[in-house]
Amino acid sequence: MTAGDTTLAPLLRIGALTKRFGGFTALDNVSVDIRPGERFGLIGPNGSGKTTLINCISGAFRTDPATVVFNGEDITRLPPHVRTRRGIARSFQIPRPFRSMTVIENLMVAADFTSATHLRLTAEAHRDQAMAILREMGLAAKAEARVTGLSQVELRKMELARAMATRPKLLISDEAMAGLSGSEVDEVLDLLLKLAGESITIIMIEHIMQAVMRFSERIMCLDAGRIIAIGQPSEVMANARVQEAYLGT
Amino acid sequence: MFSMDLLLEAVVTGVLLGCFYAAVSIGLSVSFGLLDVPQVAHPAFLVMASYAVFFLNDGYDIDPLLAGVLITPLLFVFGLLAYRLYYETFERRGTDAAVRGIAFFFGIAFIIEVLLILYFGVDQRSVTASYIGKSWRIAGMRVPLRLMVAFAVAGGLTLLLSVYLSRTFMGRAIRAVAQDEEAVRLMGANPVRIKQWAFGIATAVLGVAGALLIIVSPVDPTLDRAYIGRTFCVVVMAGLGSMTGTLIAAIILGIAETIVLTMFGASWAPAISFALLLGILAVRPQGLLGRR
Amino acid sequence: MKRNAIAFWGFALLFLAAILLSAQFVANEYWFFAGYVILQFIVLSVAWSILGGYAGYVNFGTSAFFGVGVYTAVFLVSAIGAPLALQIAVAAIVGAVMGFAVGLLTLRMQGIFFSIATIAVTIVVETTVTNWRSLGGAAGIQIQRPPVTAPFHSYVQMLVFVQALLVVLSVAISRYIQNSWIGRGLQALRDDELAAECTGVPTLRLKMTACVISGALMCAAGAPGAMYLQYADPASAFNLNYSVSVLAMALIGGTAHWIGPVIGAILLGVTQQLLTVTISSEVNVLVLGVMLVLFVVGAPEGIIGLFRKGRRSEGKA
Repeated sequence: MTAGDTTLAPLLRIGALTKRFGGFTALDNVSVDIRPGERFGLIGPNGSGKTTLINCISGAFRTDPATVVFNGEDITRLPPHVRTRRGIARSFQIPRPFRSMTVIENLMVAADFTSATHLRLTAEAHRDQAMAILREMGLAAKAEARVTGLSQVELRKMELARAMATRPKLLISDEAMAGLSGSEVDEVLDLLLKLAGESITIIMIEHIMQAVMRFSERIMCLDAGRIIAIGQPSEVMANARVQEAYLGT
Repeated sequence: MFSMDLLLEAVVTGVLLGCFYAAVSIGLSVSFGLLDVPQVAHPAFLVMASYAVFFLNDGYDIDPLLAGVLITPLLFVFGLLAYRLYYETFERRGTDAAVRGIAFFFGIAFIIEVLLILYFGVDQRSVTASYIGKSWRIAGMRVPLRLMVAFAVAGGLTLLLSVYLSRTFMGRAIRAVAQDEEAVRLMGANPVRIKQWAFGIATAVLGVAGALLIIVSPVDPTLDRAYIGRTFCVVVMAGLGSMTGTLIAAIILGIAETIVLTMFGASWAPAISFALLLGILAVRPQGLLGRR
Repeated sequence: MKRNAIAFWGFALLFLAAILLSAQFVANEYWFFAGYVILQFIVLSVAWSILGGYAGYVNFGTSAFFGVGVYTAVFLVSAIGAPLALQIAVAAIVGAVMGFAVGLLTLRMQGIFFSIATIAVTIVVETTVTNWRSLGGAAGIQIQRPPVTAPFHSYVQMLVFVQALLVVLSVAISRYIQNSWIGRGLQALRDDELAAECTGVPTLRLKMTACVISGALMCAAGAPGAMYLQYADPASAFNLNYSVSVLAMALIGGTAHWIGPVIGAILLGVTQQLLTVTISSEVNVLVLGVMLVLFVVGAPEGIIGLFRKGRRSEGKA
């Protein structure tokens, strides 16, 4: 049902992507296809280029033409908000909520700016939609709470909920489990699996290995801006270079 | 209409003036360039220092440069306190620090301006010293001696500060904090303490800079507004936090101002630094002379 | 929502009617001179807050927009003897265009760079006008008021009414923005620009919109100033004091709600008028500076923030 079908055209195609900052090469000739409905894990040591790759996909960084193709369209010239409207949503490694707003208001920003009918839909309709997402995320009770009062796990869920409120085709979760306790990790992981079940393609960046292993159909490992391994979770884990990058000196 | 002689004279004056601009900007290069503090009150602090020098010179007949040195410790303490207040109220609370920090320092600048007006009046004030009013003839040009003094002292000050920042332990700590606060914290040092110290230094150098300001030209309480343009122009052009960059940028500004002044007249003077600043911000916000 | 709107427009009509009636019953011209200044500051700080408050871009260019408004009117009067309504309309258009240009130049900058750039814009514009001979240059320029028409007894009374109309217009616009998706977008980008972009908010376009509307209103507010003083010179029309006063009024009132800048402008405007009359204009600037610093340090959300906090601690969220 959700397994990435190799016969379909890729939802996201990264083609020979290189990103330099001054003399430093953060991403070096990275190419990968993400298939529709795929659960894709992205791993690699700190500074290996994971977040840079996410920033290139979501549009925070500009890249060369045709290096990022989404749904058959070259999106490298599109600003982030247009990419969001095309169906790419993300969460942030360090949560970036709209601090002056309540939880539901955070979601309503997404509803306001990504539904093509934002001038016709009433605020009530937006509110209902946002509320439905919050219920799905188990945050309904916190809808009217200020985000500054949320716990770490609630903040993570809120970010995922806000990303979901843009009704994405592709959801990128950037270390949504960092700093959470064991049971909280399971909670967020179950949420992501549930979303994947709704035929949303998900790229998950994570340091918590057992979570990535449980979640992903395919895993890619970056090191120093290069792909050092890609494939089935068990294959990647067995890869000598991956083990070296993670465990070696 | 624009002869080689005139150009040469403009360049010489511009270089002298530029060194002076470096001296009044170098503190900002530390506080804003290195520490990221939105110190828009820097020029107001500068003018305040000039008035302190005027007070000592006028009332006690102290040489303006000596007066500048005498008030340096006071300014240092003032800087420490100002940073403490800024840190406690804005940086520590995190959100919105930039927006409210700018308003805060602008308010401080305004208060200083008005207090100076209330105490000293709106008239221009100047100092007396043996080297003010004389001029030397160099290669057929008349160069005011006070500009030469400003040039020499400014050069010394800039050199001193860049040596301090690159050679001493504390100086290197300041640079380290500017680059990676977290790393400094992990090494067991207190970044807030270091930044406070740096802000103190940045304010302390205004003692001599303020003396130079009132030596070069008479001072009035609202002069700080013109120097917002000059100091920020220099610091931004230099690429935030670079000391040699500050010197070069200040000389570029000095020459630009002198040339425009000779060609178009004094009525365009206030706009030069601001226009240059605007151009740099719009085209190359990382500065003409590279990143830090 | 509906009831709110009726109350708002009812109050606006009442306010305008009161100004009109006062022209019939108040004899002392001083009240109109003072009232004009306060109303002008309400328009300016409400307009400032659209960009500075909702979007969090601290604009020091108020005096640039205000001064350009004044000089647009001066130019139209001295060139073609344009009537007041035309002066204001053209000033609004000039302000919108200028807002667009300034926005294009500065709105990609962050935080303090934007603020510094707006100061720079002010000085550059001021210097240009100072060197503009036909507008009087540094010495300034005199202009003549045309005769006044009924129901007003003096030209200043009419200017007060016109400025009151601008107050209603600017507050209505600010209120509309706050309650619409534009306001939510601005609030989002104020909180976090990257997160806003990634949530679908077209941040640059919204900032530009805010800058254009804000600029148009500020210029419009400046236009009647030429007739009010019957005189204009660059040093006063572009005085940085306008920028700081307006910023202080908005921040002291609070920028999270459209009423904040209105409260701030009334409070500080009245205080300034009182201080200028009773003590001196220097002390009034001092009070302004001290209040700005105190509020920024002690009550970052301004007067409306204090009220909200009071309500929240009583148990209402």
